Amino acid sequence: MGKKILFIEDESALQKTFGDFLGKEGFELISALDGETGLKLAEKEIPDLILLDLILPKIEGIELLKKLRENPKTKDIPVIVLTNVEDFKKLQEALELGVKAYLVKTDFTLEEVLEKIKQELKE
Amino acid sequence: MFFKECKRYQIPLYQCPSFLFFILGLMTIFSILASYFIGTKIIDNPLIVALICLFLALFLLILSYFATKTFEVLAETNRIKSEFIHLASHQLRTPITNLKFAIEILMSGKKGKIEPEQLEYFQILKENVLRMGDLTKDLILVSKIESGNFELKKEEFDFSELVENTIKEFSNFAKAHNVNLKYFSEKDLPKIHGDKDRIKNVIEILLDNAIKYSKKGESIVEIKVYKKNKKICFEIKDEGIGIPQKEQKHIFEKFFRASNVPKNEIPGTGLGLFIAKSIVERSGGKINLKSEEGKGTTVSFTLPLS
Repeated sequence: MGKKILFIEDESALQKTFGDFLGKEGFELISALDGETGLKLAEKEIPDLILLDLILPKIEGIELLKKLRENPKTKDIPVIVLTNVEDFKKLQEALELGVKAYLVKTDFTLEEVLEKIKQELKE
Repeated sequence: MFFKECKRYQIPLYQCPSFLFFILGLMTIFSILASYFIGTKIIDNPLIVALICLFLALFLLILSYFATKTFEVLAETNRIKSEFIHLASHQLRTPITNLKFAIEILMSGKKGKIEPEQLEYFQILKENVLRMGDLTKDLILVSKIESGNFELKKEEFDFSELVENTIKEFSNFAKAHNVNLKYFSEKDLPKIHGDKDRIKNVIEILLDNAIKYSKKGESIVEIKVYKKNKKICFEIKDEGIGIPQKEQKHIFEKFFRASNVPKNEIPGTGLGLFIAKSIVERSGGKINLKSEEGKGTTVSFTLPLS
């Protein structure tokens, strides 16, 4: 059984590309198109890793991250932020909440994101 | 003379600050003289003189109110413009990243084999999507700089190592342009404090420019890093097309590109040097440019040693 990755991202086009790509790499991808669903799925499925966008409907990324950290069941799930928000404060906030990596979408290729995911899951 | 600027911003004459201040000045001189004249020669009653003065002062107040109001409108327009650029470029990034990742999947061959003839077109798609990505990135940076919403990290790092690594990343780009990169660095330079990523941006912009604007045929770009007067100096010298003398004072303005650039052949936004200057100056350094048209350009910047 492949490792479970929860992808919280409101762009369905990205959900498809990542779903395809990571699926081919042998991961099981669960997708959530908004923050609320993302949080529920995280609590229910306890994924091995969460890929998180920051601008999300219903519950936005940083808020969701805080909620994940408050819950003992989800507080240790590694989170990689994958976003287009290049804001110094947001970055600082996310790092303080213990995210493993903060990746700006325009700067990374799928292969590089995959590399980061593998690195995280190995540790 | 007053109207040119105001016409450009579509401001009517009665709101045009330079015109209003001119009238304001004239009125002040006139009212001082007039009240003196009236007070000494015509009216004996000091109350009436005082009232006339008060009336004139009120008039001046109204004039200056209009002038400052216009400044506020101009500042607000500028702020809205920056905000608009910021918002628009952010909104553009989502579709651009969707395209980028989709093209990557298609090109990886995982969704079916791609014929070599198709690959060429995919390459064009990929390059242009990356260009759009770079452009939006630059625009976001510019709007951040302009809105003052631009913060720099403080971290310790080895500057010459950063330069060396960045040069390595550009080696293929240089080869493609038939440019030979030469790097000299003073040994054992002390580390500096600053925003490593942003300073890397500056080096990238300058390297990109030096290579891009090198003349056709074999050419050399020389990069030097050394210490001078408690500062780290970076210097990059090319044998490129240069910048015409009279345009050099505009070269750090945003969207400015020199008139001798064959614009269809060399892509660029005119934002690079503006961004580089902003980052260097906010890091406590200075940036300088020397150039001779047809011979080449040398750009240098300094960063303070902590």
